[in-house]
Amino acid sequence: MSILIDADTRILVQGFTGRQGSFHAERMLEYGSRIIGGVTPGKGGQEVLGLPVWNSVAEAVAEQAVDASIIFVPARFAGDAIMEAADAGIGLICCITEHIPVHDMIKVRAYVSMKGSRLLGANCPGVISPGKSKMGIMPNQLFSPGTTGIVSRSGTLTYEVADALSQLGVGQSSVVGIGGDPIQGTNFIDVLKMFAGDPDTERVVMIGEIGGTAEQTAAEYLKAHHPNLPVFGFIAGVSAPPGKRMGHAGAIVSGGGGTSAAEKINMFRSMGLPVADHAEQLAEIVKASLEDRD
Amino acid sequence: MNLHEYQTKSLLEREGIPVPQGAVAMTPDGARQIAIDFGSMVAVKAQVLTGGRGKAGGIRLAGNPDEAEDAAAHILGMDIKGHKVQRVLVEQASHIKAELYLAALIDRTSQQIMVMASSEGGMEIEEVAARSPDKIRRIYADPFMGIRSYQCTRLAREIELPVALWPAFHRLVSKLHAALIKHDADLLEINPLIINHSDQLVALDGKMTLDDNALYRQPEFGSELGSEDQHPTEVEALNAGLNFVYLGGNVACLANGAGLAMATMDAVKYYGGDPANFLDLGGGSSVEQVTQAVRIMVRDPDVRALLVNVAGGITRCDEVAEGMAAAMDEIETRIPFVVRLVGTNEAEAHRILEPYDVEFASRFSEAAMRVVELAREGAA
Repeated sequence: MSILIDADTRILVQGFTGRQGSFHAERMLEYGSRIIGGVTPGKGGQEVLGLPVWNSVAEAVAEQAVDASIIFVPARFAGDAIMEAADAGIGLICCITEHIPVHDMIKVRAYVSMKGSRLLGANCPGVISPGKSKMGIMPNQLFSPGTTGIVSRSGTLTYEVADALSQLGVGQSSVVGIGGDPIQGTNFIDVLKMFAGDPDTERVVMIGEIGGTAEQTAAEYLKAHHPNLPVFGFIAGVSAPPGKRMGHAGAIVSGGGGTSAAEKINMFRSMGLPVADHAEQLAEIVKASLEDRD
Repeated sequence: MNLHEYQTKSLLEREGIPVPQGAVAMTPDGARQIAIDFGSMVAVKAQVLTGGRGKAGGIRLAGNPDEAEDAAAHILGMDIKGHKVQRVLVEQASHIKAELYLAALIDRTSQQIMVMASSEGGMEIEEVAARSPDKIRRIYADPFMGIRSYQCTRLAREIELPVALWPAFHRLVSKLHAALIKHDADLLEINPLIINHSDQLVALDGKMTLDDNALYRQPEFGSELGSEDQHPTEVEALNAGLNFVYLGGNVACLANGAGLAMATMDAVKYYGGDPANFLDLGGGSSVEQVTQAVRIMVRDPDVRALLVNVAGGITRCDEVAEGMAAAMDEIETRIPFVVRLVGTNEAEAHRILEPYDVEFASRFSEAAMRVVELAREGAA
């Protein structure tokens, strides 16, 4: 088992003919993901990677069963692409695109949930269920199948942690990047809930960062609902100065309100959740916990 | 992007929100002229993008043009928390009956626009939140319905606003909410919102943060990327499409993705080093961006060593390597490079960098430890 996607998930690629879309679709196919084709307005009827291109999501779903869609459309049009997928009834929509204006995303997010679809991202690396399927941009070779779930706000840091876990022989059930934007379709709690209900996920690694209080809310949720699920944390940005925005929109230590890394780490620890001092150590403490158990 | 008080107020005024009459001066004489025009008591206020201006002496009242000139002479050029004052706002002084707080902002928790009000205005809202959280009241805007009148009534009642002011308050909240959306702002804050001697609601100070991702459709401010308040290197990096924050240490760090870039500087710090900067290449960066990033970092005279830590996903390691190679071909590097490139097209990247004098590291901790060591040797 895994969450969100598995070997049977039928995936559509929006922005299929673009540089990023075609490059990553090819990596996904190499991984064994079931891509059924893609959408680029105005390029319907063409073929990319031997797969059909449709003009719209509606055309695609009229011809083929689609479970999920991954979006590589430029930021100015990405909000529209997400709504198009939701309007066509696609249940899982993963938006890789970064820099979508926040006011667009507020409406897009509300629309998607009104349509009953799940949005992952935007500005996220996607999801991989190692050995089964990948719907995202993470490098194929860093992941290995296993029983540790990963949920993260950061893309590249997730690759680091998965790689370190794999090298220590700790495989992953599913790895989910929820993205770093202030407005997001899926949050920590949504994913933790899915992991808690997945019989093959035995422990979860949670990678957070400065900005907002989503990590604290997630820790409270865990304590209240899944006190027995082993969760290991890491928070990036211990050395970040207050008031400076570190890269994407989410990461900023603002005055008060528990948005700094130190405050988040203290809260995790006060709830008995182990937190790593640096990124590489995270894999080591997970590994150590497995050895303790044996 | 943060806007100055004078920019925020001119925008509020255009949206029909009352603000005191005022004008900007860059010289003491300019301030005198404005005071003469107003012919009344004025407030001379430093225009810097940081809080605590009042405490730092950046706001002065002046009863006549001489005093306004004096005040401006004192304030212009002042250093407030590392921000040099280049402009003052000279405005008609207001009679204050009460100070309130009002703001519209993007709220991560509710994933909606939130309007926040308080009867305790004039101090930082974080202070109010810490001391009397009940004094901060909130309503939320439905993404499709916006703010409804009944919500404004509730907010007005909860902050104990006199009933006579409720209609004006409704109009103000609607305009603030509309302005937040229209200008693609993350935050639009009026603090204090005052009740003046003629019982009008007036925005005495304003703060606005625009969504950088939407500047392309906000032509008025889109061209002002990188204000005079930022470190010059940050402005240069911003123009090159890089996320760069100057930190002042001696270990330059280059990574892709904000999380990894932060974790990289955290690791440098953890192993006893002092990060010179945060630099996030972003996703799918080009060869030229990498070259530009290396150029910017090695130019900093304090930098003793450079750490490149890239996890290729949408970013391709070979393109990062090409960008680095181009930078090293062009400039004589006086500092050692520690390079860690893993993920997409990693083998190709190593081939490209093979002829260059760089140290490769495979593990994150090893890379961080080594660069700290090299920086220490370079500093000795």
